[in-house]
Amino acid sequence: MSTYNFDYLDELEAEAIHILREVAGQFEKPALLFSGGKDSITLVRLAEKAFRPGKFPFPLVHIDTGHNFQETIDYRDQMIERIGERLIVGSVQESINQGKVVEQKGKNASRNALQTVTLLDTIAKYEFDACIGGARRDEEKARAKERIFSVRDEFGQWDPKRQRPELWNIYNGKIHKGENVRVFPISNWTELDVWNYIRRENIELPSIYFSHEREVITRNGQLMAASPFLNMDDEDIVFRKQVRFRTVGDMSCTAAVESEAILIDDIITEISASKISERGARMDDKVSEAAMEDRKKGGYF
Amino acid sequence: MNILKFFTAGSVDDGKSTLIGRLLYDTDSILADQLEALQSSNRKNDDGTIDLAILTDGLRAEREQGITIDVAYKYFQTDKRKFIIADTPGHIQYTRNMVTGASTANLAIILIDARNGVVEQTIRHSYLVSLLGIKHIVVCINKMDMVDYSQDVYNSIIEKYKVLAQQLKLVDVNYIPVSALKGDNIVQNSERMDWYEGESLLHFLEKVDTDSLEKSTLARMPVQWVIRPQTEALHDYRGYAGRVLSGTFNLNDKVTVLPSGASSIVEKIEFFDQTPDAAHAGQSVIIHLKDDVDISRGDTIVNASALPQESKLIEADLCWMDGRALDTSITYLIQHNSKVTKCKISEILHKVDINTLEKHSAEEFKLNDIGRVIVKTADALAFDLYDDNRANGSAILVDSRTNLTVGALMFRAAVE
Repeated sequence: MSTYNFDYLDELEAEAIHILREVAGQFEKPALLFSGGKDSITLVRLAEKAFRPGKFPFPLVHIDTGHNFQETIDYRDQMIERIGERLIVGSVQESINQGKVVEQKGKNASRNALQTVTLLDTIAKYEFDACIGGARRDEEKARAKERIFSVRDEFGQWDPKRQRPELWNIYNGKIHKGENVRVFPISNWTELDVWNYIRRENIELPSIYFSHEREVITRNGQLMAASPFLNMDDEDIVFRKQVRFRTVGDMSCTAAVESEAILIDDIITEISASKISERGARMDDKVSEAAMEDRKKGGYF
Repeated sequence: MNILKFFTAGSVDDGKSTLIGRLLYDTDSILADQLEALQSSNRKNDDGTIDLAILTDGLRAEREQGITIDVAYKYFQTDKRKFIIADTPGHIQYTRNMVTGASTANLAIILIDARNGVVEQTIRHSYLVSLLGIKHIVVCINKMDMVDYSQDVYNSIIEKYKVLAQQLKLVDVNYIPVSALKGDNIVQNSERMDWYEGESLLHFLEKVDTDSLEKSTLARMPVQWVIRPQTEALHDYRGYAGRVLSGTFNLNDKVTVLPSGASSIVEKIEFFDQTPDAAHAGQSVIIHLKDDVDISRGDTIVNASALPQESKLIEADLCWMDGRALDTSITYLIQHNSKVTKCKISEILHKVDINTLEKHSAEEFKLNDIGRVIVKTADALAFDLYDDNRANGSAILVDSRTNLTVGALMFRAAVE
């Protein structure tokens, strides 16, 4: 038997490509949920590897909270231009204008929870039967138990006790009308795997992932970007700091970390030594110990 | 660096979650905020140390009941390997989860409580490991601290287990005395058991070679998707996208496409911007054939000199995974890699009592039942026997009324 070099990143990549092609083969109207974050950017590269020189058999869907970092939106638009694929934008602002959701009040107000409604509306409007997402099992303990093909009912709900067994590399995407499947091709990747892959593949990222100077305030012990989207009062002291972001979410709930990392190598060194897990920089998980489980049951990604 | 996927079998009382928690903790794979959440939780061991089991108890329902109810995946890494753990519950009612966790694993850790030795559930877990074709087994005799780290206790347990291993034809069985709670022989060799000359669990996991025993040389690639850009520049482009299940395809290899039986030659292999000379097991590639043959999703490209079996009547082991019992009068769907066709379970040959390993005839097949059946499919399947080629010898059953995955099938023979 010939030997060949097939390391852990190759294996993770091959698995993800296999999953993406299963989505193409099993569903009528799939979509790739694109947040502008490094995980969904990785998914786009994997989709290129799965389907080029053909077109993607699905559009990209961005749920825009209206409170995004401008850098993310710029990155998104340039990327769409480069890959020549279709982009659909679901707007949380529109959901607010339509009275479907109400803006949260108070200091910790965020549009993160409101996204769920816009997401479900967008799925219903375009009749998507499968939504590909960049969630990973190492992010959070509820996610550690989620299937790669995760069935949601017509309310977008995930029922952890009624999950289908997922055996070998066989994915059962059969669903009833109204249901849809969330598909997580990089379930088995860790944060470090994603970074190592981005480095290996030389993938460009939004600039907020790298160290930059920014106006911040301290909120619940974490650094938040000072922005019009954050409810601030006289007690909030704005100061400048050299920071970067470890995830790309809504500006009102994504905390910055102090960092001097300007290259991917720096980031990998930083993460390897880091003692705060990635979701630790997301305030929305801290509300209760079972926060993620509750949100997923409610249709959150 | 490659990946080792392993799963752990044992009950709550065997300290399975503690063992996994210990591996994560001692390899520094627990991050500060997770540790903080652990420390703020009110579950502590008797001596006030952190209860490491909480690390794998993901769902609130589980924390309330103090049991693991589903398969949880955990990840850690050393400088030698990346590890994926499928943590599966050991209670009898959750056999289906164990089968699920075991289906993707290359290695199984079987936990035995040193105070109790080989018990009914040890037999059950070991049987499932053999059924799922896991070749590498580590039997961890846990809670050695509770038996004064006694070598005699350890020896008498492995003597008993060896009998079971022989009966089940387990291939590569290794034994390690450990205390997950105290950390003995998990990462570091324990000074409290100087009579044990083997490696610690982690060192063993880092170096075990799983490829040699498992990789089949039979070249197989189920077609998942046909790439046809149909642009002016790529007018005649037709690439067959799939993941090589097993074996190797080289340029100019003679291949057969099943079920049509058409033969052709591998003209080109593509992987994104590369055109390699070969596609190996595990790789997701695009294959181009010399001849214009009609191929669609569900077809399989195979090496022409080592054909799989083709049959509409297959003898298989079945593990039933649904609350609603098997109905031999209705039609199910069978999914074998990318191929889906209708099927019936036309006969139940026997059921296995997984506590005693006795076979007996049965009319009924209910949740967590395991046994031998005959599957009758609408279209012929191109398959290998599970023991020869796990990836092409397995399938799932789907109930088209509920769309749930209701059964796991391991092919044992084509029925003449």
